[in-house]
Amino acid sequence: MHKREISLTVNGKVHELAVEPRLSLSDMLRDELRLSGTHIGCEHGVCGACSILLDGVPVRSCLMLAVQADGHEITTVEGLSNEDRSPGILQEAFQDAHGMQCGYCTPGMLISAQALLTANADPSLEEIKDAIGGNLCRCTGYTQIIESIQLAASRLREAG
Amino acid sequence: MKAAKFDYVLAESIDQVVDILDRGDGDAIVIAGGQTLMPMLSMRLARPATVVDINKIAELSGIDVAGDEIVIKACTRQAAALASAEVQTRLPLLAKAIAYVGHQQTRNRGTVGGSLSHADPASEIPLAALAMDAWVSLRGASGTRRVAMADYFLGPMMTARADNEVLLSVHFPLPGPDSRIGTGFHEVSERRGDFAVVAAAALVQLDGDGICGHAALAIGGADSVPLRMAAVEEALCGSKVDRDKIQSALGEIDDALTPGDDQHASAAYRRRVAAVLAERALMEALSEAENA
Repeated sequence: MHKREISLTVNGKVHELAVEPRLSLSDMLRDELRLSGTHIGCEHGVCGACSILLDGVPVRSCLMLAVQADGHEITTVEGLSNEDRSPGILQEAFQDAHGMQCGYCTPGMLISAQALLTANADPSLEEIKDAIGGNLCRCTGYTQIIESIQLAASRLREAG
Repeated sequence: MKAAKFDYVLAESIDQVVDILDRGDGDAIVIAGGQTLMPMLSMRLARPATVVDINKIAELSGIDVAGDEIVIKACTRQAAALASAEVQTRLPLLAKAIAYVGHQQTRNRGTVGGSLSHADPASEIPLAALAMDAWVSLRGASGTRRVAMADYFLGPMMTARADNEVLLSVHFPLPGPDSRIGTGFHEVSERRGDFAVVAAAALVQLDGDGICGHAALAIGGADSVPLRMAAVEEALCGSKVDRDKIQSALGEIDDALTPGDDQHASAAYRRRVAAVLAERALMEALSEAENA
């Protein structure tokens, strides 16, 4: 069960490392790359907290092996901030519209929202609900999360 | 919640996969999208010695129209199948079913072949495939064989695929060009994207005079495997169909199902809701066929 050499791009930076085959991508991001913004909730694909973008589309990082990310491009919640590490437009909208309570589900919500807004600049309420349908918020703060995404969408449209 | 140790092979060919499965003697397992295998590994419900990754085998991915059938290769993502114009226009029942499968995050990784291999009795893709008379192609050390959906599901998460076989593709027969066909898919689940408690898939084909020439009704989640309701189908074929006819045909559904009780629903609820969903699915299919 020797370690495998992999090379992947995370938030624009190339990483080369050796991983055990059984290591999940979520554990690799947190424990090996020290990117602890990706939260691990259920570890079996139900809660969505660990969502990341894999080659631009949202997936659950607990349902992938780290070795399977070899050669792929990944964006984690850390990759949504501006270059000076200040919050991006989407993150700021979550702050302004109080789109979080305990904050545990937030990285997954942000990733799902980012994927939605990249594909659809003016999503309907139903489309927003569908996009975050795979993300559980145990504080049940969904209304403000939806309002945050609507706020981000309008700010992004204004910013062009 | 960490997987036990295993060896990992990124397979380059189908032959290599078959070879590893054959030598593995039941201790080697295929990973495609991983949406059901990863939880089983994490919870150590599965403890394989070897995990064979088929994601990089190009010939296991893609959708082909081949004569009178559409072939979906095993490793085709559910999201790709759902977005496919061929699936949307020519396999509408499958498109309707996939829309209920999980969420975008799981459909982006989860594969069509993975759903069929896992064979949860309440999952949507197996149910649609059964209603559409699809068949799968399985490759083992002694060659490739074809198994019809009707013979494929043996029990909860149990199929006719042997441990040393890999699912290559699923084949959906296409109806003739002048067919007036309608489809319907309805389910109840606790939350959006969950496995169904009960689901119904229906297909109705009418001739030029509005006579039903072919009807298919499949129910999932109300027995140990997804089941075709042959008696209901027979009752609908050969005559004009309307709501009364469907309701009367559905009198046959109770005897065909043996639902179980569990934490999600009682057997009695499953029976009741199976009939309701079957009526909705058949009515939707009929209405589409009438307007086709």
